[in-house]
Amino acid sequence: MSETPLLDELEKGQWPSFVSEIKKSAKKNKKAEGLLGQLELSYKEKKTHWKHGGIVGVRGYGGGVIGRFSDVGEEFPGAAHFHTIRVNQTAGFFYTAEALRKICDIWDRHGSGLTNLHGSTGDLVLLGADTDSLEDIFCELSKEGWDLGGSGGGVRTPSCCVGPARCEFSCYDTLALNQDITMTYQDELHRPSFAYKWKFKFSGCPNDCVAAIARSDFAVIGTWRDDIQIDQDAAAEYVQNGLDIQTDLLAKCPTRCIEWDGSLRINNPDCTKCMHCINVMPKALRPGKDKGACILMGAKAPIVQGALLASVIVPFIRLQPPYDEIKGIIKKIWEFWDENGVARERIGECIQRVGLGNFLEAIGVEISPQVVTQPRDNPYIFYEEYYEEEGGEG
Amino acid sequence: MPNFEFGGKSYDVDEEGYLQNPEDWNKEMAEEIAKTEGVEMTEKHWEVVNFLKDYYKEYQIAPMIKILIKEMAKMFGPEKGNNKYLYELYPSGPAKQACKIAGLPKPTGCV
Repeated sequence: MSETPLLDELEKGQWPSFVSEIKKSAKKNKKAEGLLGQLELSYKEKKTHWKHGGIVGVRGYGGGVIGRFSDVGEEFPGAAHFHTIRVNQTAGFFYTAEALRKICDIWDRHGSGLTNLHGSTGDLVLLGADTDSLEDIFCELSKEGWDLGGSGGGVRTPSCCVGPARCEFSCYDTLALNQDITMTYQDELHRPSFAYKWKFKFSGCPNDCVAAIARSDFAVIGTWRDDIQIDQDAAAEYVQNGLDIQTDLLAKCPTRCIEWDGSLRINNPDCTKCMHCINVMPKALRPGKDKGACILMGAKAPIVQGALLASVIVPFIRLQPPYDEIKGIIKKIWEFWDENGVARERIGECIQRVGLGNFLEAIGVEISPQVVTQPRDNPYIFYEEYYEEEGGEG
Repeated sequence: MPNFEFGGKSYDVDEEGYLQNPEDWNKEMAEEIAKTEGVEMTEKHWEVVNFLKDYYKEYQIAPMIKILIKEMAKMFGPEKGNNKYLYELYPSGPAKQACKIAGLPKPTGCV
């Protein structure tokens, strides 16, 4: 009889199974074998056998390795230490096969051989290291040009979409900005000293392929200020080839700002840059020429408090090296957060606590209509000039 | 439970070497714990550890790193109140090493 009857259930069906992968590794690796045994026990007893917390790391860094200790290490020695190593991924996830093989070789020699490409922050994740082998792993990774990612209360490994490397919609060079920000904030990344985590994510257009708007404290999403570029002949060709333009395009425009009477007309000031029409007919429509990005802040998944989506902070910013303007904004925000943040409170929660209006004032960003959800409907914004004028009269 | 042997006595620690009972702590033992971390205690190291102990005594919790940095800057000047300085003293991080040497409970990290 199988030693892992409960885990075997997870291999049934047509989908790939993490259990099959752990089993493959367990045949040649003691750590993976330990993990398999502990996991079966967890399913049997319906409880986790990972202890809470644990601080492990490498010299010079305060993050990048997350401690995992087993409470059944004597029974499953391979799982006793099973630390997670975050390796800073490349911008846009571009690797050569050779580079990946080298990481796998290092990992087969020193760890469980099990990986997770990629974790939700974006890192290349190596699962299952012993405390004693951490320095060796770090050293070998460094020799191959890799560095650790972020963990704890600091800058997490920045992450971006493929950007202009493979996508014609990208409104700025996400890969270049991702790289620049990663290098600029090495200290904040490796030596965490914030109240809580800070995630940067960079998407080239409002399709937001890294879901920056939903999962980063500081989302930079490409956008444009002028008109959507239209190729009328290509649009007509889509219709000739059977596109149901009424149902699939016009009716799905959230602001109904696009019309078709044999040629396309767009009322651009009403466009909210949802990208739907461009996605439906990419050969006929493309973003405008006056390109830049929108900065949104405060998104998070539910951990201490509930989930938040990001709010617009800066509606439009041009992004060109050396990116001084955006770095200036980041500096002011961190100064504010340092003064006002409390432990385990994300910046989005901090902004909610102090009020968006106060936050914007503190970081010196002018409030603009794009920050307001609907007229007369946003509790955050308080137009002081207007108030003072009225107060003066009364 | 693992033990830390010191002065002919054995003390309870967790598997990462943090003292389980803060009252077991004394200065000589701190020097010995520091050695296991590869840290040679100097006056500068003691400034950090003493601050941590005082803070813990008052609040029963280890300070956030940003508070440690700010308070160090207030007490000893900006050249000692920064991350770089703290990592020079405690290369594996002040949270990990200085707290352990100060006999404080393991700070609860977050992933």
